[in-house]
Amino acid sequence: MIKTIESLNERIGTCTRCLEDKISGADGKRHIVLCGGTGCLSNHSKEIMEKFREVLEAKGAADLATVNQVGCFGFCSQGPFVKIYPEDTLYRLVKLEDVEEIVESDIVNHQIVERLLYEEPSTGEKVKKQDDINFYKKQKRIALHGCGVIDPENLDEALGMGAFKGLERALSMTRQEVIDEVLASGIRGRGGAGFPTGRKWQFAYNVESDEKYVVCNGDEGDPGAFMDRSILEGNPLAVIEGMMIAGYAIGARNGYFYVRAEYPIAVKRLRIAIAQAREAGLLGENILGSGFSFDCHLRLGAGAFVCGEETALLNSIEGKRGMPRPRPPFPAVKGLWGKPTVINNVETLASIPTILRETAAEYAKVGTERSKGTKVFALGGKVNNVGLVEVPMGTTLRELIYDIGGGIPDGKRFKAIQTGGPSGGCLTEEFLDEPIDFDNLVAKGSMMGSGGAIVMDEDNCMVDVAKFYMEFICDESCGKCSPCRIGTHRMLEILTRITEGRGEMKDLEELEELSDTLKTNSLCALGQTASNPVNSTLSHFRDEYIAHIVDKKCPAHVCKNLMEYHIDPEKCVGCGMCARGCPAKCIGKSGYTAPGHKLESLAIDTSKCVKCGACMSTCRFKAISKI
Amino acid sequence: MGGLQASAVAKIEAICDRYKDERTPLMMILSDIQNEYGYIPLEVQEIVSRKTGISVAEIYGVVTFYSFFSLKPKGKFVIGCCLGTACYVKGAQQVIDKFSEELGIKPGETTDDGMFTLDALRCIGACGIAPAVSINGTVYPKMTAGQVAGVIEKYRKEGAAA
Repeated sequence: MIKTIESLNERIGTCTRCLEDKISGADGKRHIVLCGGTGCLSNHSKEIMEKFREVLEAKGAADLATVNQVGCFGFCSQGPFVKIYPEDTLYRLVKLEDVEEIVESDIVNHQIVERLLYEEPSTGEKVKKQDDINFYKKQKRIALHGCGVIDPENLDEALGMGAFKGLERALSMTRQEVIDEVLASGIRGRGGAGFPTGRKWQFAYNVESDEKYVVCNGDEGDPGAFMDRSILEGNPLAVIEGMMIAGYAIGARNGYFYVRAEYPIAVKRLRIAIAQAREAGLLGENILGSGFSFDCHLRLGAGAFVCGEETALLNSIEGKRGMPRPRPPFPAVKGLWGKPTVINNVETLASIPTILRETAAEYAKVGTERSKGTKVFALGGKVNNVGLVEVPMGTTLRELIYDIGGGIPDGKRFKAIQTGGPSGGCLTEEFLDEPIDFDNLVAKGSMMGSGGAIVMDEDNCMVDVAKFYMEFICDESCGKCSPCRIGTHRMLEILTRITEGRGEMKDLEELEELSDTLKTNSLCALGQTASNPVNSTLSHFRDEYIAHIVDKKCPAHVCKNLMEYHIDPEKCVGCGMCARGCPAKCIGKSGYTAPGHKLESLAIDTSKCVKCGACMSTCRFKAISKI
Repeated sequence: MGGLQASAVAKIEAICDRYKDERTPLMMILSDIQNEYGYIPLEVQEIVSRKTGISVAEIYGVVTFYSFFSLKPKGKFVIGCCLGTACYVKGAQQVIDKFSEELGIKPGETTDDGMFTLDALRCIGACGIAPAVSINGTVYPKMTAGQVAGVIEKYRKEGAAA
């Protein structure tokens, strides 16, 4: 039990030394750590971990090395990862069959397994250490502090990285001083809206009430976003500590985590962390002898995107349909069960302990004038290095996509980067040198959003992308207010007609008018921002919309009614592989034999073709293309 | 409609009692029932209403609002194809179309033999391994349309053996 500041510091001292010895090798052992994030787990990292234990045991080498899992390394497209301390060797794309070799070669004989090291694509060079990999060079981990280093199910390892030092400092200050510190740091909400966190806490502090609450919004619903999941899976205690600091500041005794049911591993790790903190006396009554009492509770979502909206979230905790409330009154004044409530995003809360521990001034050194600190992005889509990255605000889109992301695969051309999910917009090549922060991207017609960043190339149709997001919004609209409930469906109908070749020019005016109605009249941000992807694509890719409407053509060859598969009669050798695999049996002889070819070329009967693309993926002669 | 077995009634009442010290626990109660039985029909909602004092109308409203709660039983194997943006731009639509074709059902439906339910999921956060497919909690990375038939066969064998 840790009941005083002295015993906390004693325990932190021991744990820090332990963790340092592990990483430096001073404890005389090797340490094998494996990524235990959802991505790597579904690629068998748990089985790989168990295999290490098995093999070590079998070789009588169980004393040579420890094995444990850690949080997300971030470089998801190269997982599963295995890191060996103290050499700091990073193996990637590790398979179950590789375990024997790693143990025999590296653990027993101190010989690195070269073929499993990361290879820099531009030079072919093998890179041994994580910090030397280009993907990591421009990153700075603040919200992701501890992820990929500590075992998230081990309180001692979190303490070894300074967990609860932030709370210790907060408890030595007055509540107003803590709020002033958070204000001074300049941190703004990381869930997408970017509201100054300190100001939100101040509003809740100012209200007199017998009961107040802190709520952590873990309902990360933006498709393509997994920042919060990784933080909860990788270092849940950081979020708990952030929540406790918020609770102390505003005068709350209870905190509620609301986490998506789609994140079972995050939920499990959070439960373990809360239990461990309670057991150690770090949650409960009279924490560290300060007189401050606080406890955490967990509530799960049930598959509703709209519950990421703060007031819909509160209604969900209250056992109701997840429908938003009109504001004012704002949750800081009247929130959960009618009491003053601060609702903060996972990434925001995870950054708070660092602000208190290192000071606001230190934190404010990073970032831009009005966007301090770092931002975690989930970089995905048509980019070589898909994964989780944390960069200082002010990093440019070019650095994100090319230096960190490794550029576009297969030699394709960059088309756009979509940020902010269904509430966001896309930015094109001309904006690549724009610094990323809250205000700049909005000024350029997009928004930073919660962190989902999807890269698109020449093979993506932007009208189709706008339709995709609108379809999602229609599914997820709660139905309470007419502009959103009806407006989104009307917009989807128009977008569908356009992608099917039945669009008219007046459709574009109607889209703009509907978009305006939704923006000004919807009850919550879901409806208010629902038309952002449409506006953004109309603004940057109007020519694509016009091609669909006037020429009845999809320039990216995505929209099925507006494209065809075509066999080039000069390239086709007549092998017939495509015809054999065709589900519509629509490929036959063309009647033409190309000069130098033995067999007749084949041709597709486009009237029967179902546009499945099986022929193109089967052809080994690159004779089939989309037109 | 037949009545519920006494053991099921007892279990549902126990689930309600589990949360009697929590404030507004309806979501927690319904989650546990959904996980236990796979669906929450009207007869079960009536028991929950009796135990909690919440009207059936309100409970029905909550069950029909959230996509995780189901009024009808799901199949033995629930195939969830992620259609989040990162998966979508990497061809997830082709994957779900192939599952739909092979199983003969549309997303949201269950096969007649009660073996498979096909669901379209909205981003499970496994974007690094897109396209992702989750089957009864097991996540399959980088799924292609070509792998679909094999996966279905694997589960059909498993279902037949059980």
